[in-house]
Amino acid sequence: MTTTPVRQTVTVTVNGQEYTREVPTYRTLVDFIRYDLGLTGTKEACSVGVCGACTIELDGRIAASCITLAVRADGANITTIEGVADGDTLHPVQEAFINYGGFQCGACTPGQIMAAKALLEHNSSPSEAEIKEWMMGNLCRCTGYYQIIESIQAAAEAK
Amino acid sequence: MHDFTFHAPDSLSAVLDLLAEHDGDAKLLAGGTSLTTLLKQSLIAPDHIVSLHRVPGLDSIEVSNGELRIGGLTTQRDMERSSVVKEHAPLLAEAYRRVATVRIRNVATVGGGIAQADPAMDPPPSLLILGASVVATSTRGERVIPISEVYADYYETTLESDEIVTELRVPAQPSGAGWTYIKYLPRTEDDYATVSVAAIGSVEGGSIADIRVALGAVAPTAVRASVVEEALAGQAPTLDALREASQAVADIVDPTDDPRGSAWYKRDMSVVFTRRALEQVLGVS
Ligand SMILES: Cc1cc2nc3c(=O)[nH]c(=O)nc-3n(C[C@H](O)[C@H](O)[C@H](O)COP(=O)(O)OP(=O)(O)OC[C@H]3O[C@@H](n4cnc5c(N)ncnc54)[C@H](O)[C@@H]3O)c2cc1C
Ligand code: FES
Ligand code: FES
Repeated sequence: MTTTPVRQTVTVTVNGQEYTREVPTYRTLVDFIRYDLGLTGTKEACSVGVCGACTIELDGRIAASCITLAVRADGANITTIEGVADGDTLHPVQEAFINYGGFQCGACTPGQIMAAKALLEHNSSPSEAEIKEWMMGNLCRCTGYYQIIESIQAAAEAK
Repeated sequence: MHDFTFHAPDSLSAVLDLLAEHDGDAKLLAGGTSLTTLLKQSLIAPDHIVSLHRVPGLDSIEVSNGELRIGGLTTQRDMERSSVVKEHAPLLAEAYRRVATVRIRNVATVGGGIAQADPAMDPPPSLLILGASVVATSTRGERVIPISEVYADYYETTLESDEIVTELRVPAQPSGAGWTYIKYLPRTEDDYATVSVAAIGSVEGGSIADIRVALGAVAPTAVRASVVEEALAGQAPTLDALREASQAVADIVDPTDDPRGSAWYKRDMSVVFTRRALEQVLGVS
């Protein structure tokens, strides 16, 4: 059992690397990832679980890091956008977002990529309706969504 | 955000001891999808948070004597995908499928949803008409509470502060009966319902044999439309009968004005979507 007032040690594996930090118990996972670990690819926009900008993979499932406490993630295996490419080789979903105009300002993009990657791992050839159902939790103010859907379809075909 | 001590016990008994020790000043954390937001907005300020993520054995879905036995820590995503739930209570799988987005369902739990008791949530109307019950456990023992007695008011349940939902029990849905869950979403697909209706129904020998209806998002708790059920039982399933019976829900709902619709609109839509749900489950058009 762990009982620590106010500050507590969190050990997580992020993108294959283990990190240990002592943080206030109220630290959210998105702040932990961005400010304690310096991995600023993950974005925070709405802060209440609605927009998807902060999407990460937590023990194999996508989750909203803005409504997850860092202490709750102690011992977890996390993937963030920084862990998606293989060195200089982009992931097929990243390639497709570039080639099919899946982003403009980029604020929503790390979350879109994390969600799209998880979709294709779960269902390698989703229909348009399945893409829309899965991606409806990732909001975008720029693209109008059509290019995001096209990017995901292209990534599915490229695989 | 308020300071709190974070506990991550690795057994149910340790959870119960912590709740008993810090009674009234400890909050359980399951998926955290509601609790973390409440903490961030300082709507609650407990000195102790007891996380359930290390507690083993409370996330299984089993069938026993024709009843689903669902662990309190089962994720809502697992409810939506479980072949056992789809087989024994497809209405329930559908209700959980409509909750928020994959990202939320992946971590949100069955027990957390029940304890949060937001009347606009998707599962409550289905849980009501399926006759579900909740097993609440504390150091004082276990008690089984019918779901209709769990929901007390907006965000309020009859669960005691030292109790944890360890199990949800759901009798199997009658096979062969029609069923539907309608979530009316005038704004966006990932929103909470403006009005929701769950219904089960069957016709035998030309008259309505089984009919159950409940509504969500239009009162301080989800509400069973017993008036509709009583009016229709044994009747011939005609469009006129369904239309007339549906009118009665206007008197049992008690909606509020909010960004999802004005009170009068929600009351009108309660009647409309009740009628459509009845038409669907009884095969009337
Ligand atoms: C962006 C967003 C959109 C949403 N949209 C919908 C929607 O469309 N439809 C819908 O139905 N819901 C929706 N929800 C609500 C969601 O269903 C709840 O947040 C979720 O069910 C809570 O489960 P949790 O495991 O995360 O609970 P937590 O947030 O961990 O806890 C919630 C409450 O339950 C208590 N608790 C937790 N587990 C237990 C237990 N086992 N026993 C007793 N008490 C317990 C906690 O102390 C707390 O008071 C949405 C939530 C978010 C964040
Ligand atoms: S910042 Fe987490 S979902 Fe919007
Ligand atoms: S690319 Fe700008 S918000 Fe999506």
